[in-house]
Amino acid sequence: MAKRAEPVTSLQATGGVLALLVVLCILGPLIAVILRAEGLSDLRAADWAAIRFTLLQAALSAVVSCLAAIPVARALARRRFPGRSAFIALLGAPFILPVIVAVMGLLAIFGRSGWINSALEGIGAGTIEIYGLLGVVLAHVFLNLPLATRLLLQGWLSIPSERIRLARSLNFQRRHMQRHFEWPLLAATLPGALLVIFLICTTSFAVALILGGGPAATTVELAIYQAFRFDFDLGRAAYLGLVQVTICVAAGLLAWRFAKAAQFGGGLDRPAMRWPDDTPASRRFDLAVLTAAGAFLLLPLLAVVAEGIGAVFGLPLSTWEAALRSIALALASTALAVGLALPMALLIAGHAVRAGLEGVGLLSIAVSPLVVGTGLFIIVFPIADPVTLSLPITGLVNALVALPFLLRALIPAAAAAEATQGRLADALGMRGSARLRHAILPRLRRPLGFGAGLAAAFSMGDLGVIALFSAPGQETLPLEMYRLFGSYRTDDAQGAAVVLMALSLGLFWLFDRGGRVNAAA
Amino acid sequence: MKLTTPIIAAGLSTIAGAALAQTPVLTVYTYDSFASDWGPGPQVELAFEEVCGCDLQFTATGDGAALLSRLRLEGSRSEADIVLGLDTNLIAAADEAGLMQPHGMDATGLTLPIEWDDENFMPFDWGYFAFVHRQTLEDVPTSFEELAASDVSIVIQDPRSSTPGLGLLMWVQHAYGDERASEIWEGLADNVVTVTPGWSEAYGLFLDGEADMVLSYTTSPAYHLIAEEDDSYTAAPFTEGHYMQVEVGGILATADNVELAQQFMEFMVSAAFQEVIPTTNWMYPAALPTDALPDGFETLIQPDQSLIFSSTGAAEVREDALATWQNALSQ
Repeated sequence: MAKRAEPVTSLQATGGVLALLVVLCILGPLIAVILRAEGLSDLRAADWAAIRFTLLQAALSAVVSCLAAIPVARALARRRFPGRSAFIALLGAPFILPVIVAVMGLLAIFGRSGWINSALEGIGAGTIEIYGLLGVVLAHVFLNLPLATRLLLQGWLSIPSERIRLARSLNFQRRHMQRHFEWPLLAATLPGALLVIFLICTTSFAVALILGGGPAATTVELAIYQAFRFDFDLGRAAYLGLVQVTICVAAGLLAWRFAKAAQFGGGLDRPAMRWPDDTPASRRFDLAVLTAAGAFLLLPLLAVVAEGIGAVFGLPLSTWEAALRSIALALASTALAVGLALPMALLIAGHAVRAGLEGVGLLSIAVSPLVVGTGLFIIVFPIADPVTLSLPITGLVNALVALPFLLRALIPAAAAAEATQGRLADALGMRGSARLRHAILPRLRRPLGFGAGLAAAFSMGDLGVIALFSAPGQETLPLEMYRLFGSYRTDDAQGAAVVLMALSLGLFWLFDRGGRVNAAA
Repeated sequence: MKLTTPIIAAGLSTIAGAALAQTPVLTVYTYDSFASDWGPGPQVELAFEEVCGCDLQFTATGDGAALLSRLRLEGSRSEADIVLGLDTNLIAAADEAGLMQPHGMDATGLTLPIEWDDENFMPFDWGYFAFVHRQTLEDVPTSFEELAASDVSIVIQDPRSSTPGLGLLMWVQHAYGDERASEIWEGLADNVVTVTPGWSEAYGLFLDGEADMVLSYTTSPAYHLIAEEDDSYTAAPFTEGHYMQVEVGGILATADNVELAQQFMEFMVSAAFQEVIPTTNWMYPAALPTDALPDGFETLIQPDQSLIFSSTGAAEVREDALATWQNALSQ
């Protein structure tokens, strides 16, 4: 479909302009920091060690998350059971948890006095110790397995049910299904999923440090913190910010080389049907996979809820005000993110420039929020009071952070829609908004709902740059929760964490559900 | 006054509005937990506005270190009049960046356990760093050496991102000097369960039972005792003495209304401000006699010896101490 230059709609042109704006929003702040620092300063030996550790843990985390996600996504694609959609939504929860909550949930299960060690001690079997590289990877898999699963699941769901019917009538066996469906769809989705999760893990800081057990687990993001706060060396912080951009570009190019578009052809969007290789053994296997994944992802959440639920109704009024503010902010960020992502996805899907443009979106998760926040502060400060702009800026940054997830979900669907419906639409002379409304958007509903849900939940849970700009009376819920934690009010903070989790999940579920209203399960 | 006609009322409210617009504003930059609803901020604001005829506005940013970064970023264009919440480890950097102007006050009335003599900063509260534990902990170590030799687990904060973390670094450095600090840290390495970016994470992990002890303050048990009526927490006295954190305020070079800023500095060491500190910031007030402390504070441990580097001394040892720490704990 890339051959066809036509039809360039005004929406696609808008996509180009928006992509440029996004680059400006990410690189502009970085450049502002460099200018303010009056040049870059050299990295130290410890910084290089941080870069090596960052690459190692991010690569491991991405590979393990994606490998673990394959059987989970396949089981979810193949099975229908009561409560499946709620289960899928719940599985997504770790991804949208604020870091401090996720860490506490994980440690409640895997920590020294966690459930597992208590059980092991109970039967006199010694204890496990998770602090170290193992702990870092475990935590990153916990946080990112949901995303990996959803990205791969999109791949499985992209197979039209007509193809499955055909495979059944051709009496396909397991190996045929693998060769004709699963390998191609993995080849199409895995590189992108690996890339996104790798990049998310490169900006990890608190999780890596806490689960890593000490300064050996120093990441680039922590080195940036140190440069900003401990040394006030803006030049070094900017240098490290450039390193993050380089890692992002290099990883993006690598993933692009390996990504192949899957071509399953079009269908009539009928509900999915049973796979032909379904056997009692594969059913048992899928059941085991879903149980294990469910336990791994949901037990820590259960621990968070168990700790905090008692405090929810006694929370101070300011927490509920912060919650309302966060909801409004999340909705605004989501609208902005969708407004940016949709035209960009259509542009990318219709053209050969895809890798470069999608990379634009990825930049926003690969570049340190601290660098972007500080850069924005430097840019805004001479013009206006950054404090009065704290909520709009936080909304903007949250939208930028959500952008790559939306793009990842939208681009394959937009490309597939163009590939399958484009010719018919051309033949019918459908262009512009009619084409969008009748041929493209109906096929983007599901990824759009999913992506918007992610954006909303993400923006709900993200501390973002608000910590840099905050003003009294403008706290978001995550910031309020951190403040409660910071003032000994652990009980209230844990209660706030439960509210935060419920709201994030609720928003995600609403949007995601909205995208699937016509998908009979 | 009774207003008879709407016109007069409208006219008066316009005048009132103009008067309000001329109310001088004092902008105080402070850290997050100071300005939060349950911190000292709201009470301090109320009490000062009663006497100053001004509008006190807090702007809150992260912790002390984030506060300093913010001021440095804003430089000469800052709107801030007062900075409240740097500690002695950050004073040298603030002075060097030329952010401050002299407060012109003397140190009489201060109740700190150390002498105070700084022309740009005045202390408003202080505390001793200490390892906090549950009363049920057995064989509580009484020094860093005993701690290192024991199998008591601790959770500490990273000195690169946290002020208590930096305080611990200084504590070991002050107590043992260059020579022995690295030996102590190597000995502590197997006691350290993990290092967290900030105080909140470390304290949370401790409360959840991940470690026997957490680096915090001698005053932390007072929170549990007074606010939660829970007397099961205490702090371990160390024979080396305890390193102090002294939190300070000062007038910024960019202050518009120096007179008002000076009035605030005087207010900062007055009873109205100081009495708010113990049960909101959970630190010792810097200018309040011991017998004015709230009930419960008398149960806290009293270190024999107070350790603290001068602000320039702290700046000098910081870099090397960090390298020692990083090497010892990265093994």
